[in-house]
Amino acid sequence: MSTETVEKKEVKESESLLSKRRKNLVKDPLSDDNPITIQVLGICSALAVTTQMKPTMVMSIAVIFVIVFSNLTISLMRKLVPGRVRIIVQLAVIATLVTLVNEVLKAFAFDMYKELSVFVGLIITNCIVMGRLEAFAMGNKPYDSVLDGLGSGLGYAWIILAVAFFRELFGSGAIFGFKVFEAIGFTADGWIGLDYQANGLMVTPVGAFFILGLIIWVQRNKTGYVEH
Amino acid sequence: MDLLSLGIKAIFIENMVFAYFLGMCSFLAVSKKVSTAFGLGMAVIFVLTITVPINWLLQEYVLKEGALSWMGESFATVDLSFLSFIMFIAVIASMVQLVEMVIEKFSPALYGSLGIFLPLIAVNCAILGSSLFMAQRDYTLAEAGVFGFSSGIGWFLAIIALAAIRERLKYSNVPDGLKGLGITMLITGLMGMAFMSFMGISI
Repeated sequence: MSTETVEKKEVKESESLLSKRRKNLVKDPLSDDNPITIQVLGICSALAVTTQMKPTMVMSIAVIFVIVFSNLTISLMRKLVPGRVRIIVQLAVIATLVTLVNEVLKAFAFDMYKELSVFVGLIITNCIVMGRLEAFAMGNKPYDSVLDGLGSGLGYAWIILAVAFFRELFGSGAIFGFKVFEAIGFTADGWIGLDYQANGLMVTPVGAFFILGLIIWVQRNKTGYVEH
Repeated sequence: MDLLSLGIKAIFIENMVFAYFLGMCSFLAVSKKVSTAFGLGMAVIFVLTITVPINWLLQEYVLKEGALSWMGESFATVDLSFLSFIMFIAVIASMVQLVEMVIEKFSPALYGSLGIFLPLIAVNCAILGSSLFMAQRDYTLAEAGVFGFSSGIGWFLAIIALAAIRERLKYSNVPDGLKGLGITMLITGLMGMAFMSFMGISI
């Protein structure tokens, strides 16, 4: 009896687990429909935490976690949520997940928790999360929603990692705290004979705006997207 | 006097947009015209001035460690601060809803100009961010009120300035890939540089 029902289900869902449409759900947000550079969402945290690679890494993992699981949760209860109160319900789900992330950070990575301070809490108002819930999870099946969340999360992650890469490299001459310029000889007694002069602008908020603006320029030139 | 310097600090030196990047989404999306930017800016000032003190009361009498001691001895050690995210966002979302209903009832004209922006504000990070900063910095009630109001003013100034520049930008010849978001980011960076000059002021 039970095997029969399982078989029936498989016939109904003839679409393979990784069909082309589903691959596109993950792939599109990486470049053609990137949440930061094309849809202009979630800029706040993209700029605030990106002075160094390490906190950025933690932040992107946190955001991917929150997007995937809030997409899954909302998608599972999409038929139970009345339209009028959906924003509050979505916010409650997101806030719960963010609280979870915050407590985990507090328990296992206290330094990181101090460093990110309010920006973990601000994942709640990250428009990418809300945007995906509104635009996708409210009208699609759980598995698709998870893939969609994963795609958007990764699209967000690679942009902020790219911004952090340049900001840390030029701002403090390091990657993940490893002094790159010193290692290749930018020291007073090295073969270049000069210390690397850190670019202070990159550490300040202003540097983040410039780097992100330039990344957007390069990326849009590549995809050929023009805003009118 | 302390309150005044706190206000000036929140408006210029620690501007929500240029020093903390808060509220960027709506800052970039709604800054195409000065008139709409004005509406959204006013709504942000309004909501910030209300929600920061309310969240202060919540923090002080419900969430902080030992805050529940007014309920009796046995509550004196309860620490609910892990609930602060969910409580703050709930207060903000419901205040926004309430403000929307009150404005709709008493001032249809104001509702006409502010109405569409109010739902946007619930997910504006500047609002939640101010409440979180307030909790982190242990302000008093008066300080929380001033901080909320002047953070709003700072955000308002920033969005008006950007909208004014973007209106002018229409007449300039921007490379295709930079149109829209790209050039706006660069302009915001330059404005941030101008705001950085306030950092030298000691109050």
